[in-house]
Amino acid sequence: MELTAEQQTMLDGRYGHATQKAMQILVALGTIYNAQRMIPVSSVQIAGVSFDNLGVAGLQFLTEMAQGGGKARVLTTLNPAGMDLENWSALGISPEFARDQQRVIEAFASMGVVTTCTCTPYLAGNLPHYGEHIAWAESSAVCYANSVIGARTNREGGPSALAAALTGCTPAYGMHLEGERLPTITFSVDADILMQPDQHDPHRTHVFGALGKWIGEKLESLPGRRVPFIRGIPGASLEALKSFCASLATYGGVALFHMQDVTPEAAQYAPPADTIEITQAEIEAATGSLNDRAGTNVDFVSLGCPHLSIREIARIAELLAGKQVRKEFWITTARPTKQIADQMGYTQIIEASGAKFAVDTCCVVAPIKGRFTAMATDSAKACYYAYAKNKFKTVFMPFDQVVLEAL
Amino acid sequence: MKLEGRKIAGGNARGEALVAAMGVSFFGGVDPETGVVVERGHDLYGQSIAGRVLVFPTGKGSTVGSYTLYRLKQAGNAPAAIVNSDCETIIAVGCIIAEIPCIDHIPIDQIQTGQCVSVDADEGILEVFNVGPT
Repeated sequence: MELTAEQQTMLDGRYGHATQKAMQILVALGTIYNAQRMIPVSSVQIAGVSFDNLGVAGLQFLTEMAQGGGKARVLTTLNPAGMDLENWSALGISPEFARDQQRVIEAFASMGVVTTCTCTPYLAGNLPHYGEHIAWAESSAVCYANSVIGARTNREGGPSALAAALTGCTPAYGMHLEGERLPTITFSVDADILMQPDQHDPHRTHVFGALGKWIGEKLESLPGRRVPFIRGIPGASLEALKSFCASLATYGGVALFHMQDVTPEAAQYAPPADTIEITQAEIEAATGSLNDRAGTNVDFVSLGCPHLSIREIARIAELLAGKQVRKEFWITTARPTKQIADQMGYTQIIEASGAKFAVDTCCVVAPIKGRFTAMATDSAKACYYAYAKNKFKTVFMPFDQVVLEAL
Repeated sequence: MKLEGRKIAGGNARGEALVAAMGVSFFGGVDPETGVVVERGHDLYGQSIAGRVLVFPTGKGSTVGSYTLYRLKQAGNAPAAIVNSDCETIIAVGCIIAEIPCIDHIPIDQIQTGQCVSVDADEGILEVFNVGPT
């Protein structure tokens, strides 16, 4: 790889041990993917924040990087942690876990990372613009940044995202190259369910999650990596798109899609001739497949995968006003979004019902394996991890019905 | 015999080769404390990778595997070096953060378990010193 003089200086160790190791990681990745050079990035999102995923080794590595003088050179934010950093005790997190999780956050903070812990950095002050080169981990946010915003990022892992933060660059391959962003397969959707509003699914998070699962699994079954071009969608809310991105990334490893009349790069391209048709039956089949473990009584209700927008929290407050929940109900969101909810009085209404905010964390990364039997959610992504990681059965329902399930 | 590949993570090592025909997942596939392969059905199942020059086609599995390599190193049970046909990101990142020499683009079918080998990762070279058991 060709390095600039400054990048070579980093590699030689003159900016300290942590920056050297960071540059070694990026050069190795550049070698594997045949990158010719590094490209400057202006925003980073780091995954691998929950102590439940990092373990002792991950914490040791982050501590070593912090002690080695690592400092973020660009705006850098964090993925959800394994607990609410303030209110962990009420959510049943042990003091031992809380201590280790705090050490992880402290290591990041000492490296100059902004410790908002969220999978929706674009709702919490880390919002790149069209065409901007960035290095993001968190698969749903990568898909959102590339597709909905039109920024350029590969699907980074925890260490490679940290390396980009400490050096301000990333190897130029994959999604950073225009030629890799061309659509290669068309999905043509013709389903009434997407054409009309659904009073139980106010922002269409449920139906778009199901659509994302179907397309993601179809792409996984095809050889090679494809960039899908999706047509036939009448429009999509921010919430629908964040749900769709989470689902596509979980079930199909998708970094980028184009959606006609919705995403910014779609107009540059004609739909590829290779076309797959999707009807209502396919979307209903995807919905059913996430519900086939039903039949058990739901004892855990969770909304906020990806983290809730302020609009979604407002809707929960509207539905819970004056009512009492009878099940453990977690509402997961970013701390800045929660602060808006505080200001608007939504928090008070929701907490008066007995539902709990779980800020900075989510049902995917918190250490709750085996704690519940069956979870109700509107998120196709949450269903995947509830089943695979936490051994819960899943009940996949439209947003409003999930809230009502808690009553 | 000298085999030439490319550097992934620098350094030098010498040791007994342990060759796998299957890909290796460090997260869930290798005990992070002892270095014993615990993936059922794996051709190295039950064997320890500690201190060996570990030779396998490519990495697989969870990205958390990078941290497992780091943990193995801290526990003193990491491989002396890793040699791949095609290195992927989990192994590459793990070798760099754990400071384990790593090279790839090596024709690994020319190496046998039990042979004494040395790895000069900075030059991307692997040398086989004797012929293993036949």
